[in-house]
Amino acid sequence: MFLKKIALAGGLTLAASGASAACDISDGRVSIVGNEFPAIHTVAKGAQACSGGVEVRANLTADHQKINVAGMTGNPAEYTSAIIANSSIVALINEDVIRPLDDLVAAHGQDIQPSQLITVDGKIMAVAFMANAQHLVYRADVLEEIGVEPPKTYEDMLAAAEVIRSKGIMQNPIGGAYKAGWNLAQEFNNMFIGYGGEFFKPGTAEVSINNEKGVAALEMMKSLSEYMNPDFLTHDSNATNAEFRAGNVALMNMWGSRAATIPDADGVSQEVKDHMEIAGPMTVGGGSVPATTLWWDGWTVAKNISDADAEATFKAMKAGIDPSIVTDETRSQAVWLIEGYEPTAAAQGVFAALEMGSVPYPMLPYQGLLHSALGAELSDFMQGRESAEDALADVEAAYTAAAREKGFLQ
Amino acid sequence: MKHKTFFWFFLPTATAMFLFIALPIASVVIQSLFTPHDQVLITVENCGPFGCREQVTVDTAATEALRKAQPLGQWAGLSVYLDRGHLAVNEVAAAWAGTDTMGQFMGRIQNLPFYRALSFTLTYTFVATPLLIILGLMIALAVNSLHRHLKGLAIFFSLLPMIVTPLIGSLILFWMIDSRGILGSGLQWLMNDPNLSLKAATGLTWIMLIVYGVWSSAPFAFVVFYAGLQTLPKDTLESAMIDGATRWQQVRYVIVPHLMPLVTFVALIQLMDNFRVFEPIVGFNAEAHATSLSWIIFNDLGGETRLLSSAAATSVLTIIGVAILLSPVLVRTWRDFNGKA
Repeated sequence: MFLKKIALAGGLTLAASGASAACDISDGRVSIVGNEFPAIHTVAKGAQACSGGVEVRANLTADHQKINVAGMTGNPAEYTSAIIANSSIVALINEDVIRPLDDLVAAHGQDIQPSQLITVDGKIMAVAFMANAQHLVYRADVLEEIGVEPPKTYEDMLAAAEVIRSKGIMQNPIGGAYKAGWNLAQEFNNMFIGYGGEFFKPGTAEVSINNEKGVAALEMMKSLSEYMNPDFLTHDSNATNAEFRAGNVALMNMWGSRAATIPDADGVSQEVKDHMEIAGPMTVGGGSVPATTLWWDGWTVAKNISDADAEATFKAMKAGIDPSIVTDETRSQAVWLIEGYEPTAAAQGVFAALEMGSVPYPMLPYQGLLHSALGAELSDFMQGRESAEDALADVEAAYTAAAREKGFLQ
Repeated sequence: MKHKTFFWFFLPTATAMFLFIALPIASVVIQSLFTPHDQVLITVENCGPFGCREQVTVDTAATEALRKAQPLGQWAGLSVYLDRGHLAVNEVAAAWAGTDTMGQFMGRIQNLPFYRALSFTLTYTFVATPLLIILGLMIALAVNSLHRHLKGLAIFFSLLPMIVTPLIGSLILFWMIDSRGILGSGLQWLMNDPNLSLKAATGLTWIMLIVYGVWSSAPFAFVVFYAGLQTLPKDTLESAMIDGATRWQQVRYVIVPHLMPLVTFVALIQLMDNFRVFEPIVGFNAEAHATSLSWIIFNDLGGETRLLSSAAATSVLTIIGVAILLSPVLVRTWRDFNGKA
């Protein structure tokens, strides 16, 4: 297995090389923007621990995607580092607000594993520290009660949900992060990939989702939503996890980065704590590629800052992903791409996603426009007010208008 | 007032308005007429933890050269205004030609982002504004009739909805009206419908947002009307009472005419504010059911895609909308002004 080999090699390297050099920032400014799930807090804390005479500030928010480009566009940039993923780095590259890290890696990062280096056209643009994917999270006791194996396909998930409801165990056993906007679009992306769809005509920026695969993806999403809390269009990952913690949900497609910490909250019943289980992502429509996407999370360094600030930022962020940050407490927060990491049971969902040949979220410069169009246009269909074909036609039209404005289409 | 005195009195305000209102509007108008350059795309090899693959990316060096040559981007004229995300003239024409009934036509129009947002914005504006004026007046009359020792306390509680920041207020209520929240659960119990949820149905969401809008803005109307009531001549009211006017007749024939200039003022302010409805949509996570012009601007500006030209065009259309909305009030005010001179 790819990541296990990395972990093993990393372990050997660690044994051979001994402790990393001490952190010695004495000059420069470090300001971080990133998402707010537990692993990223761990990285930010690690960076802040390496401060010397420099204050390391971190703004970790679910709305990071709304502010990172703007925050790095000014000169000097407000944020010296953005913690991003393979989808959100594209906007930073498109707008040319991050700098290549080749020189800084050569000077200060020779112990970073090559597989952690994100290169675009041969230039290192980011350093990855974890892998992520959406996969099945379920209540083992509920499935046992109805005599059903953990679903491997979405069709099986629907069947299990129907049994759970008909036996009166839960009224809405499926949880889904289907909030209109980014989350809803991402669930469509997953399902479309599971049906074997390709978002664009090969080699072009012309969208290609209004077809039988797109329709099938939407119909499956609609079927699933009938077993969800009626408020599903207002539920993001946090709200969906809250439903699971409250014991209202038995099955959900959830991020690996959040799944491991679901039981770690005040007020979670012992039943949920004892019986929450993790499994690999599901397939759909008879396909073999799972209905999910692979993600790396990593950090970048802003272009519009001084070389001294860039160096300070690089050192701080490298300290943020030092092997020492992986402790008994933090190990389960992520599938860390850091040497010395030993996988936990919580990581099996992401590892399964890798083993099953899941595809990475596309790093195309116009993927974000399609993502936004999906988020804005699928609500009517999900409420039963529009056909799948009409909804997909709306998405294509919205994407095309935006792509023309942004210069990707004529 | 001498013209010279007025000039110096008004100069600071005029300067501030020019710098902070006129110039930004000019900037927005200019931005709405340009779009980014055509993207220069190249195919490169990307590598990371999941291996390498060929992928399309932006040629940043070529893009930088284009931007230096023409910083504003490329001239687009009114094409952004006419595109599907805004006035959508082609789509409207196609809908008109392709539908048989007005209902079908309106259904197609409702599907276009600008008109979808406009329909909620206008509904919200024209329902919430009169309701909050009425509610504000009722509160003002009620508070004014209280014993003076109770007025302070009543005024404080009456102003609370306005004191709370709109985003925070809507977030708090968001949890209360959730189907798991105290108000949401209460409604389910009251209506004996376990699947009832204000967040799950578009109609109920609109009602919820309008009720919230009335509740949060009524204190503004209240405080204006309450101040106005303090200037009501007592002898006029006493004359009406002596003549046998009922409570309702006193309100209708004495109090309301006295407050009518303030009604105009409150209507002016609230039409403008309500037309720019935004915070409750974000706070209530309501965008699946209700969007507004301001929400479209926010959505275009946020996220990874930043449609700046689109946001600028929607901003200009919002300004035009506000001008249209306020024109009857302004015309009437101007006529009144001329009439008195």
